[in-house]
Amino acid sequence: MKDWRYWLAEQRGTLLAFGIFIVMFAIYTSNHPAGFTANVVQTASNKGVLLAFVAMAQTLVVITAGIDLSVGMIFLLTNCLASWLVIGTGIETAFGVVAVLGTGLLCGAINGAIVIYGRLQPIVATIATGAVYFGIALLLRPFPGGSVNEDLADAMTGRLFGMVPASLVVLLAVVLVVWVPFSRSVLGRAAYAAGSSETAAYMSGVPIRPGKFAAYALAGLLAAIGGLFLTFFTYTGEAAYASGNAYTLFSIAAVVLGGVSLFGGKGSAIGAIFGALAFRTIGDLLFVFDFDPLWQPLFQGVILLIAVSLGAFALFRVRNRLEWFL
Amino acid sequence: MDGAVPLFRMEGISKRYGGVRALEKAELSVTPGSIHAILGENGAGKSTLIKVMAGVVAPDEGRMMLDGSEVTFASPAAANQAGIVCIFQELSLVPELSVADNIVISDPPKRFGMIDRKAQRRIAEEALARAGAADIHPLALVKDLPLSRRQMVEIAKALARKPRILILDEATSALTAADVAKIFGVLKRLRSEGLALLYISHRMNEIAELADQCTVFRNGRNVASYAAGTKSDNEVVELMIGREYSHIFPPKPARVPGAAVPVLEARKLSWTDRLDNISLSVGLGEVVGLGGLDGQGQRELLLAFFGVLRGLSGQILIDGKPVAIASPAKARGDRIGMALIPEDRKTEGLMLPMTVRENLSFAALDRLSRAGIIDRAAEQRLIDDMVGLLAIKTAGLDIPVGALSGGNQQKVVIAKWLMRQPRIILLNDPTRGIDVGTKQELYQLMRKLADQGAAILFYSTDYDELIGCCDRVLVLYDGAVKRELVGAEITERALIASALNIHGEAIPVGGMAKTPARGADA
Repeated sequence: MKDWRYWLAEQRGTLLAFGIFIVMFAIYTSNHPAGFTANVVQTASNKGVLLAFVAMAQTLVVITAGIDLSVGMIFLLTNCLASWLVIGTGIETAFGVVAVLGTGLLCGAINGAIVIYGRLQPIVATIATGAVYFGIALLLRPFPGGSVNEDLADAMTGRLFGMVPASLVVLLAVVLVVWVPFSRSVLGRAAYAAGSSETAAYMSGVPIRPGKFAAYALAGLLAAIGGLFLTFFTYTGEAAYASGNAYTLFSIAAVVLGGVSLFGGKGSAIGAIFGALAFRTIGDLLFVFDFDPLWQPLFQGVILLIAVSLGAFALFRVRNRLEWFL
Repeated sequence: MDGAVPLFRMEGISKRYGGVRALEKAELSVTPGSIHAILGENGAGKSTLIKVMAGVVAPDEGRMMLDGSEVTFASPAAANQAGIVCIFQELSLVPELSVADNIVISDPPKRFGMIDRKAQRRIAEEALARAGAADIHPLALVKDLPLSRRQMVEIAKALARKPRILILDEATSALTAADVAKIFGVLKRLRSEGLALLYISHRMNEIAELADQCTVFRNGRNVASYAAGTKSDNEVVELMIGREYSHIFPPKPARVPGAAVPVLEARKLSWTDRLDNISLSVGLGEVVGLGGLDGQGQRELLLAFFGVLRGLSGQILIDGKPVAIASPAKARGDRIGMALIPEDRKTEGLMLPMTVRENLSFAALDRLSRAGIIDRAAEQRLIDDMVGLLAIKTAGLDIPVGALSGGNQQKVVIAKWLMRQPRIILLNDPTRGIDVGTKQELYQLMRKLADQGAAILFYSTDYDELIGCCDRVLVLYDGAVKRELVGAEITERALIASALNIHGEAIPVGGMAKTPARGADA
């Protein structure tokens, strides 16, 4: 086989997610009253990147064969924190951003420490820490409110050169600064190896614990970037429990849609980003068709089921039934 | 070896697991530029010994000396740093990563803090070439490779780490004869380059060909060390098992060729590019072997019979009547009564964390239950019968089956199927990685089942087994039956010749030639 075929096989999940997104987005814009305009793209991208950041966060943990049920709550906590801190002069705002991102990193690091060094199951550990993070968010913002440096917020949610949504540019930058180095570093490879076969990784002398720890900590950081954007988008902080939970669950859906295996060791954050964007677009399809918003969860669920089933088509081609279970 | 400075010494190493003594004041010394074979039954302490060497297990007492100074290894990584690299029996490859990723996994080449993929690819290609496996693509995912190819990757991975001491634990057990020949060439070259090699194998002929020095382990102690070639196979085996080693294979009944009533038949069976027009029949009371190099379609043929493959063309006949076997559940049902002892007991045969009892009764639950409720007393009776029949050594029925030795795990897999009293038994290389004593018991059992009226189709990568156990052997090559050997025609030479698809008797087997079947001169 040629090199490119191996590359294609590796990227299949990502490409499929990209395809689903393109199709959904084409349907969306072609039925949108305003059509494919910079404005429509900007709004869609601002909504999409929120889930994209949280889905990237989820990807890092899922790659290690874990799951992070606290990402949505880190997202809320950092939103509430940003509504206090990301304000004032340039210096003060910069300090606020660093503090918010640092908090996310710390939340992720706590998750990682509990899972790796405390040897708790990721699912239980992150349900517990998620509740703690939500509790802190609630103390920070018992009622919706606060404010944000509006110049920064408008710049981040606006357009560059009147064309390109700034939020997409930031998403791309985060991919280049966080995901690409991680996936090509020894730590990243350790995270993949630990997710695929922890025993084999251990026997090969792979730095499993630092790799998994980095994955959890960076997940916290990415969720915080999402939280920051939520603040830029809404100008306020709000500890909305339902919204935190929804982001956690949607991040898992986006990850699966993006071709990341929940069994670990396989997939990429790029796929998860397209998964997230596709998922968001699916959710908004109803509005362009003028349906009652009541239908949205039902519709979104059905489309999600169909989309995920696409990945299962390969099973029809399996001629050795044992491959069903791989 | 007189006068040679030992590169590595182990002195008075002991290790206990709970109440079980795995090593008891074991000694070993390793010299550069030699191949040192470690022999012993499963459970003799060989695995624990190398785990101690490789930093996987910390010894309770004793010390290890490397270049004359004492060392301790806290982890496999520490042992690797010191130049001790082990190729474990249980593969240590990460399935979702590529071959190249796996080869450099312990110490990837870096540029600007990130993994340098070009350098990684180059290292992987070099290592694969050095291991004689340049046919493996470095970008292929390990999970997509067959077992024998994975084993070659494992060896390439070890070589890429530039070891001073290389430990091979049953490293050839999954390899094809051609790969074994390549690996032997590689190992001999490494020896001449001054490496110290530790070689653990159950295959006496391999040890005879490779080793300079041999050490026999029994019950956690080293009971004898001698220069290779100074003891006969039988003397060595007696040291290992501490009893007379004779009649390893049960006698075969005399039979008229073709007289057996066919129970299982295949007519023109084809499947993708792996099975090509296979016709065969297995008669009542017959043991029919499947030979040939590994990966010539033997495994697929067994899976085809067992209802695992889709899109099969041709016919399968049971008792002369055509049947469609749509799933393993159908295959094992009363009408067909088939059992398959799989190749990989850890994934296809057993649920490792579940108990011995649960594992034993899985395949027979439908027979042991009424209206979905399991009859505990009937289950217990049947389990007791099986544990007795197969002499399964276990501390209890309610311990995880994963805690048993390899040989006993395999007995559990077989017992599980015998609980259904199958009429047709398919065996896929059932003796891989199990000790001589257990193998012998399995050979006896196979013949006994055949005598009781079972039809047995038996695939083995060990030619001696095919010669010793089978009434007939079908040799597969590239998915097709190339030759049928009956009775006295089943010889090492004929098996090798037809496995390589060479006609005629004069064949240049070279490094692949095996010593005469062990036990044959017993």
